Amino acid sequence: MNEGRSFAFYALAAFFGLYVLFLYGPMIVIFILSFQGPTGGLTFPLVGVSLHWFYRLWEGNGIVDIAGAFKRSLELGLVVMVVTVVLSLMAGLAFRKRFFGANLLFYVTIASLIVPSIVTSLGIALEFRMLDDFLKAHAPDWIADNLTTTMGMFTSGLGAHLTWTLPFGLLVMFAIFNRFDSRYEEAARDLGATPWQTLRYVVLPIVMPSVIGVGLFGFTLSWDEIARSSQAMGEHNTLPMELQALTTTVTTPDIYALGTSTTAVSFAVIAVALGAIAILRKRQARHGSDAGQA
Amino acid sequence: MAAGRDLDSYGAPGWLQAAPFALVFAAFFVLPLVFVVIVSFWDYNDYQMLPTFTTRSYVESFDGCLTDLPNLCTMFKTYVSTAKFCFIVWALTLVIGFTVAYFLAFYVRSATAQMTLFLVCTIPFWTSNVIRMISWIPLLGRNGLVNQLLVGAHVVDAPVEWLLYSPFSVALAFVHLFTFFMVAPIFNSMMRIDRRLMEAAYDAGASGWQMLTNVIIPLCKPGLAIGSIFVVTIVMGDFITFDEMGGEQIASAGKVIETRLGALQFPPAAANAVILLGATMLIIAVLNRIVDIRKEL
Repeated sequence: MNEGRSFAFYALAAFFGLYVLFLYGPMIVIFILSFQGPTGGLTFPLVGVSLHWFYRLWEGNGIVDIAGAFKRSLELGLVVMVVTVVLSLMAGLAFRKRFFGANLLFYVTIASLIVPSIVTSLGIALEFRMLDDFLKAHAPDWIADNLTTTMGMFTSGLGAHLTWTLPFGLLVMFAIFNRFDSRYEEAARDLGATPWQTLRYVVLPIVMPSVIGVGLFGFTLSWDEIARSSQAMGEHNTLPMELQALTTTVTTPDIYALGTSTTAVSFAVIAVALGAIAILRKRQARHGSDAGQA
Repeated sequence: MAAGRDLDSYGAPGWLQAAPFALVFAAFFVLPLVFVVIVSFWDYNDYQMLPTFTTRSYVESFDGCLTDLPNLCTMFKTYVSTAKFCFIVWALTLVIGFTVAYFLAFYVRSATAQMTLFLVCTIPFWTSNVIRMISWIPLLGRNGLVNQLLVGAHVVDAPVEWLLYSPFSVALAFVHLFTFFMVAPIFNSMMRIDRRLMEAAYDAGASGWQMLTNVIIPLCKPGLAIGSIFVVTIVMGDFITFDEMGGEQIASAGKVIETRLGALQFPPAAANAVILLGATMLIIAVLNRIVDIRKEL
């Protein structure tokens, strides 16, 4: 059925092209407008080209502490990334075996993707409020007297982000291990490798490209997360929360400059991750044995 | 996941490897949901929550829902409006997502091109939703590109106002942000279809259209259902898109919760969260009847 390019092919290709334009077009417009001249506004025409709004943004210029929020989001994103990679990998290995509660854990993980973020966020906020009340009432004085709140970016905030990144991490791990040829492990074991050696020298090198993919999900999903963060971050805001707050008050291209900056970080992370995956794949292809292949 | 039984006793036991992962969900997902349910039955005053059992939050949330019939109370109106958005966004993302996945799966021949094009669809998913929303402002605003073109071409005399901060822009933003949630599972289902089945249908004289309706769509049902669950539940619980693109004028089930939280009224917020959860679970139960999700991952 695939002889020659049919009319259907061209019609579908055009549809796909329009979809990609729809995806990227608006983003490209705000990248262009973030280089608006000092007298330009939120819409076209461009009045000159400048870095004016980027300078204004990074000087702070009265509008919230962008540099601080940027740094906080970066730190949180990196921690979320590391935790997501380690926990997803371990859980991915666990799900290859049978263990008590495996089904339940799977359904809870999927539920975490589906339950509206605002509900999870509210629950975490309530949980930490009650923890505060409990500690103030029952903890030893030296704790209770100094305690303001247990809520914070690396307690409730980190937890909130993990409920969003870990399900994606686990799904990626499933996709890997569904295709994983366990004969490699059997061979390693037959040759006398310990379970740790098998993991370290056989399994990990094979799944490494996908593990980087899990890291990519972990960082970027955290870097852009708002809905779950909304009630759970405590005293400080993350960058996307600041950005969202700015959209209602700022009427100059600052906001486009901020959008371009955060998207640049996302794109840099995506590029590094995809580059690393490509390099690893190439190395595997080069060093891999051709034994057993036709 | 069945990688052979001999794996069961190899290395660390499964429950131990899964324990940290499970603990995160116990502490930050299951327990918080329990607290939401508990607090929804608590009382409150202007300053704080009061831990005494009452159904006040639910009674207030459903205020007038029975007495005002046949007129709809605020709660029902909000849910009808949210459901309308769900349906429109679901229909659009389904058609667009299916078409895109269909093109990628069956009309792009080289595997490299296929993965590259799929990646092109994926990259925006890894960037900020807020930025993707505000990027419509220079296009759809009163002085935006679209209005400049329309006025310039004398299609309209004055700028069109309903392009931005309207139900239209909310639906547009949803489709823009979340069609990927349809593309990915449908594409995954399509890639698993045994090509020999299609060849058989072709040899038996099926037309392209018959192939689509009798072979591909039935075999894509899991992907269609998973994508639908994602899109519908996202729209149901959303408050940010409604805020950003609706000019804070459009009510939604998720926004009700956020408004209550803004006033620090935790029990009513929790009651509304429980109602939203119930509505979401109802939808998933219906979709789950169509397909066993676990089997398809």
